[in-house]
Amino acid sequence: MELTLPIPNLRAIMPELVMTFWACLVLVVDVLISKERKTWVGYLALVGTLVTMAFTLPLLGTRTSTFSNMFLVDGVALFFKFIFLLATALVILVSLRYLDIEGVNLGEYYAMILFATLGMMIMAAGNELITIYLSLELMVISTYVLCGFIRRDRRSTEAAVKYFLLGIFTSAILLYGMALLYGLTGTTNLTEIGRALQAKNLGANPALLLAMIFLAAGLGFKVAAVPFHMYVPDVYEGSPTPIAAFISVGPKAAGFAVLARLFLVSLPAIRPQWGTLLWVLCVMTMTLGNLVAMKQSNIKRMLAYSSIAHAGYVLIGLVVANEIGLASVVLYMFVYAFMNIGAFSMVILMCKRGDRGERIEDFRGLARSHPWAAIAFLVFFLSLAGIPPTGGFIGKFYLFSAAIQANYVWLAVIGVANSALSVYYYFRVTMLMYMSDPSGEIRLTLSPSLVFALAVMVIGTLAIGLYPSPLIAAARASMAPIFGP
Amino acid sequence: MTPTEIQHALGGFPILTLVTFIPLAGAIVLLFVNSRSTGLIKGFALVVTLIDLAFSLPLYTRFDRTTHLMQFAERHEWIPSLGAQYYLGIDGISVLLILLTTLLGAVSVLCSFKAIEERQKEYYVSLLVLQTGMLGVFIALDFFLFYIFWEVMLVPMYFLIGIWGGPRKLYAAIKFFLYTLAGSVFLLLGILALYFIHGGQTGDYTFDIVKLIYQVKLTTGQQFWIFLAFFVGFAIKVPMFPFHTWLPDAHVEAPTAGSVILAGVLLKMGTYGFVRFNLPLFPQASQSFVPFIALLSIIGIIYGALVAMAQDDIKKLVAYSSVSHLGFVMLGVFALNVQGVSGGMLQMINHGLSTGALFLIVGIIYERRHTRMIADFGGLSKVIPVFTVIFAITMLSSIGLPGLNGFVGEFLILVGVFQRSIMYAAFAVVGIILGAAYMLWLFQRMMFGAVEKAENQNLRDCTAREVIYMLPLLLFMFVIGIYPKPYLSILEPSVANIVRQVQVDRTPQAAAQKSAERDMLQRAVSPSAAQEQAPSRLAGARPAGVAGAGASKAAVPVAGDGATGDAISPSSGAPAVAAAAPSLPAAAGVPQPAPHRQPGR
Repeated sequence: MELTLPIPNLRAIMPELVMTFWACLVLVVDVLISKERKTWVGYLALVGTLVTMAFTLPLLGTRTSTFSNMFLVDGVALFFKFIFLLATALVILVSLRYLDIEGVNLGEYYAMILFATLGMMIMAAGNELITIYLSLELMVISTYVLCGFIRRDRRSTEAAVKYFLLGIFTSAILLYGMALLYGLTGTTNLTEIGRALQAKNLGANPALLLAMIFLAAGLGFKVAAVPFHMYVPDVYEGSPTPIAAFISVGPKAAGFAVLARLFLVSLPAIRPQWGTLLWVLCVMTMTLGNLVAMKQSNIKRMLAYSSIAHAGYVLIGLVVANEIGLASVVLYMFVYAFMNIGAFSMVILMCKRGDRGERIEDFRGLARSHPWAAIAFLVFFLSLAGIPPTGGFIGKFYLFSAAIQANYVWLAVIGVANSALSVYYYFRVTMLMYMSDPSGEIRLTLSPSLVFALAVMVIGTLAIGLYPSPLIAAARASMAPIFGP
Repeated sequence: MTPTEIQHALGGFPILTLVTFIPLAGAIVLLFVNSRSTGLIKGFALVVTLIDLAFSLPLYTRFDRTTHLMQFAERHEWIPSLGAQYYLGIDGISVLLILLTTLLGAVSVLCSFKAIEERQKEYYVSLLVLQTGMLGVFIALDFFLFYIFWEVMLVPMYFLIGIWGGPRKLYAAIKFFLYTLAGSVFLLLGILALYFIHGGQTGDYTFDIVKLIYQVKLTTGQQFWIFLAFFVGFAIKVPMFPFHTWLPDAHVEAPTAGSVILAGVLLKMGTYGFVRFNLPLFPQASQSFVPFIALLSIIGIIYGALVAMAQDDIKKLVAYSSVSHLGFVMLGVFALNVQGVSGGMLQMINHGLSTGALFLIVGIIYERRHTRMIADFGGLSKVIPVFTVIFAITMLSSIGLPGLNGFVGEFLILVGVFQRSIMYAAFAVVGIILGAAYMLWLFQRMMFGAVEKAENQNLRDCTAREVIYMLPLLLFMFVIGIYPKPYLSILEPSVANIVRQVQVDRTPQAAAQKSAERDMLQRAVSPSAAQEQAPSRLAGARPAGVAGAGASKAAVPVAGDGATGDAISPSSGAPAVAAAAPSLPAAAGVPQPAPHRQPGR
């Protein structure tokens, strides 16, 4: 093969370039800013995500590739990038005061978040195994650091170590799967792999099935699917709360992006096999997540299991894997960014110096003393439980309708049953907030940035619920290049 | 006029939107009122519900009783990518339920003034939001919109039970929520299945209820499964035996207004769902489910009555009586004839009035004595005469004494059920007898005899406020009981239409055959018929001689005109039964002679 080095289309990777630049800028500025003013670094990082978003906007509707087809710009990648950037912006907003309270107001925090976001953005756009793997490592290594950011706290360190050990283990499995794919087809390009598998008629090859299982395991870890979920509750509980919110949305969405692209583009030859595998994962994830969430007394652990359950719902879209199925995946992840970060933000609201406020009991009687905070939490819970008129309902509605349309009726039945089940534990907190008397005075940590972020998330959740039309249209349009003519 | 066409009324004035959202707007305003100014909050909530009631009155007075088409319709694009619209409209099936809802809305605000003392702002906000949800369910003509209202309504009800309820409120609230939610998610799957089947058949992916009802073709298997999904959703709401266990808990723990709304309106959503959706959408399944549903209804009637008899808590007794009465309604609806369905519809209203009033009575007495145990009372008739009169009328209405509303509904249901199966009717009558037994026994134990408890010696009689909110309910008990015709005539076109639809074979094979028949028929009917209100399929059910202009009034009410309107007086009742016995023309569009049209005239 002749080696050509075409000039890469830089316009296509402008968002990533800006993000890289900005992450480095944050690192540099951090050194120059005095210790008391580290919050400014946070605002700088926030501006960075917004600027990156601004550079992503002009790419909407384009479909191009660069770096010898290793890097794609298409609807799916762009939609996911918006989800990542949105989640990052929200997480930065809710972190500003939190870091102060925890006494770890360091600038690296924001740089790490930006690097993780950069990793996710490239993951969603990667069309080549090595690109995907490297960007995935960029993302997870940044998040390992973030999980252990509160160094004096043993739980935070434990979370980081646990995440790190299990993370590299599954990364190795993922890499093994990728190696098998390369060995079978002789290429690392996803499109080429798909073509080669079809051409060589390798559908029944055991090595291919093994590769599929390894890929599913490696990415299943990132999206927190059962049985690769063991780390989730401990890591979410131990990590700084904004980081728990971040990894419950960002890496999960990135994992789904890669899973979808890899299976749909490279492995259509074994569509029935991975369909079955994901079906089983999906049902286990939904059911186990919801069942175990009922038993939790720590709200972060409860939200951790709830986020496992939500990974299960999203997997429905991947099992269906047609246009409406994948559109429902991106739609759901978008809504999920609002409602899940919102729910975690409520925990941040309860956080005080020396007390993380993460017992469910802490919310007892919240509606009495802080009715607006209780309403915000109620909105997030209604949305997570999939009750209208919230975005969560629209997301679930779309997922289940995809399942029904593709005749996965049982999957839809299990899905809705789980959805009904989940109300139990979400409403357990609601009950404490509204129907129990406060056991003591509740003081909330209200900072302007947190309140602003909460307002954005509440309004976003409700707005998507009441007028989902533009979002649905965007999600559908993002899928058109894959499934369209 | 095609069946999917609608009547826009009031010159495009969005009256249904107003009726539905006035309470919500009120609730939002209320959110910003200082929670300490309780007088203002109460007054404002009452004014909002009264305004809503006032706006709902034109729906009745300006209702076109000659047609089953949707009226006062409003339709706007909402989520075009899903095919969901903001589509509202009412017909004879929903109009009375809407009036019942707005009436009970005002009553439930008024009855809470003294009973609710803490967190009043949240309380009235919840009541108002709940009212919007309930009205929306009856008014929505788009499945997506319908489902949103259907679910949204759960949340305020959950708060009403959970915050202002009795000792076991938390358990009751979550049980209520989980039960109804579990049912409604299956309803959602059923809706989605319909949506995709219809979309696949016509290329038109829409949640438009009217279109779906008239256009979708379902095989027997599809009908069975989707019927089942809808059944689970609605049967839990009704609630039918064995899905009823949430009801006693919710009723007993809910505050008075919550119980009134629960019994008066919420339960009707289930039966409304059956009439509005299951019957016309799944005619074959409806037919084949009749024995099953009849069995469950009869068990509900008798079991509910027997358990009611064994209660020593008044509120629990009334709650179980609801299970029994709703079983009656279901039995009537699934008689699948005009008498049964219109009896069921009317009985829904009657049950809302009488059981709503019973819960108000329980609330009144509980506010005075803080107990609901029957054994704590006795001889009250001597102490509180006004209360006794109110209680007596309500009780008699509930057991179906002729001259009061309950009789009309029960009689019609029995007429309908009798035509379906004598055995069902026989069991239903047993339920009526048991119903009379437990209510009369309750009344006797509470009101007659000597005043044995010292606390009961000085009970205060009903206050003016209490009499005011009881009066409209009592008034309608008499009005419907003595002259039910206006209410039946408003139901008739729609009920007749639904009964016609339930006779239609909806399977794709039959549809092909039928469309050929309809073409033939349309050619046979004179051109002037096309301008009439009734759709062409009605032409078959029209007396041959009166096919000219203005005939729709005479044609639509079918057998119901004679049977329902006049059958109430015992003398003409018997011939009406006999004359109405031959059921409606089997399939719409098949021309039939009309010898049964004017029975007894």
